[in-house]
Amino acid sequence: MTAAPASADAIRLDSLRKQFGSTTVLHDIHLRAARGRFVVLLGPSGCGKSTLLRVIAGLERADGGRVVLDGRDVAELPPAARGLSMVFQSYALFPHLDVAENIVFGLRARRVAAAEREARLARAASLLGLEKLLKRRPSQLSGGQQQRVALARAIVAEAPICLMDEPLSNLDAKLRGEMRREIRALQQRLGLTMVYVTHDQAEAMSMADQVVLMRDGHIEQDATPAEIYARPASAFVASFIGTPPMSLLPLVAHAGGAGIAGLPDHLLAPASAAGALLGIRPEEVVPAEDGLPACVTAAEFLGAETVLACALGSGGALLQARIPGHHALPPGSPVRLRLPPLAHLFDANSGKRLPLPPFA
Amino acid sequence: MRMPRFLHAWLMLGPALLLLAAFTHVPALATLWHALFSTPTPRRPAVFVGLNNYAALAEDPIFWQALWNNLLYALGTVPMSIALALAMALWVNGRLRGRTAMRIAFFTPTVLPMIAVANLWLFFYTPDYGMIDRLTRLLLGWGPTNWIGSQETALGAMMAIAVWKEAGFFMIFYLAALQAIPPSLLEAASLEGASRGRIFWRVTLPLLGPTTLFIAVNAVINSFRLVDHILVMTQGGPDNATALLMTYIYETGFRFWDTAQASALTGVLLAVLAVIAALQFSLLGRRTHYR
Repeated sequence: MTAAPASADAIRLDSLRKQFGSTTVLHDIHLRAARGRFVVLLGPSGCGKSTLLRVIAGLERADGGRVVLDGRDVAELPPAARGLSMVFQSYALFPHLDVAENIVFGLRARRVAAAEREARLARAASLLGLEKLLKRRPSQLSGGQQQRVALARAIVAEAPICLMDEPLSNLDAKLRGEMRREIRALQQRLGLTMVYVTHDQAEAMSMADQVVLMRDGHIEQDATPAEIYARPASAFVASFIGTPPMSLLPLVAHAGGAGIAGLPDHLLAPASAAGALLGIRPEEVVPAEDGLPACVTAAEFLGAETVLACALGSGGALLQARIPGHHALPPGSPVRLRLPPLAHLFDANSGKRLPLPPFA
Repeated sequence: MRMPRFLHAWLMLGPALLLLAAFTHVPALATLWHALFSTPTPRRPAVFVGLNNYAALAEDPIFWQALWNNLLYALGTVPMSIALALAMALWVNGRLRGRTAMRIAFFTPTVLPMIAVANLWLFFYTPDYGMIDRLTRLLLGWGPTNWIGSQETALGAMMAIAVWKEAGFFMIFYLAALQAIPPSLLEAASLEGASRGRIFWRVTLPLLGPTTLFIAVNAVINSFRLVDHILVMTQGGPDNATALLMTYIYETGFRFWDTAQASALTGVLLAVLAVIAALQFSLLGRRTHYR
């Protein structure tokens, strides 16, 4: 990939800070998103992802740093002048207006000519399959239909940037999957730059071009879904991404290398790795006769596979294993598990990813 | 032991029904009934006179003046108190310093008894050294004005008191309704490019519709009903300049003891209120959005 010139960035955030009273909710945020990208802000609740979205939208004022949208510093611009649209978590549909009036609310406010307004309404409505619902009030719509109206209102503005704040969190699981595909298809078809907030890592991984994982007002990692899965930048990222996420096993020094406390016969890493955390993807663990001895503490049957939670060695380190088929073993059952080759090491204190030591 | 369902129902309804009937429904119907008879005197018992009492009203110039005054009074106080209530609510709903103190200040007139309010305003309106005259002298250089003693100003003076008394009460309803509007709606509107004025007219005001209807109906009823201050301050004078239907009913019924005529007046008052309420619900109600 070639480096795009700076002006091609649809969104650029430089050392953005935000405080509420004495609590800092965003520390020194740097972010770049190229035009047409689907950026997902991911993180647990309270990590600042929604606040970051609201700062970009102009609904909150930053206390420092710059927000540059399409090459313009928008710090002094009101939300309406920033060239963006937004879908709210609650959809924020006007309950007293019918679907058509909800969709064209912004066009009326911006005094778009009637003929063009009607044309854009018709286009948005057909794109989202709302033609038959235009005369209904929001209260007469299902959750999924309300979601579509909110989407239609966002795209009818034809703003180059679209912001979404957990738009699927009020839908049931099946509808969520459908809307996920639909939003992604719409974004690609219209070439929108999307900033999408969610706490659901499956949503993030399946939709995003770029995942920005946040924690306590910091960006932990900003990478493609493949990269964030393959090379988590910190123990926090590792323990957030994946279903179930990576298991983190503390390594101790044994004769000739490092391994799990209480299992000196099974060396997992060179001696220099002692004291670090070993990251293991549950889907890479396989049951094997020559594997590490472990004790099942819980089993979760998911249909195609079973997730086993196991205690390893004397320290009781928790290892999860995702094993194809039905293996709902009762707690206390002994199992033997083979771990994948060493791939992820994290500093036990800072949580930062460590370079893999060469095998001695 | 099983109680029949209907007995159970009547027992539950009984206490409330008894009180309502004894103090509301029966007197109301009795009033309408008495309006069809002449006023009984020790020498002459009441006789059925049909609609004669209403016919007498139609020829009574004071009745027409009271009715006219009351319409002016309603037209003056209802829109004014609603607009003021909305303005105050919008103001104290914002993020401003000391808004709790402001809310309390705006609400205080509501808490005061109407008689106390009347006495307070008697001082305000006192010619020459009352607060109003001092202000008009300071700001406009006017001489002393007998606000409640002259025919031109008396009704207006009474209307000002009613607005002052009621706006704070209605403000509370508007404030509650404003706080029930999800902030994301206003954010969405501003993000869509709507100006503050447009947000107010196209989003806030329609969402306040049910509250406005409720307040409007109550304000109209109050404009015919809340007359304590007039009884204390002017008793309908001077020369019936502040006579309203209610004060005229009181005067006819309890000063002249013409109970039949007072009953007929009450019938007219009820009819006026019923018509106005029906109009309000059918006109405003159709355009009001209920969530």
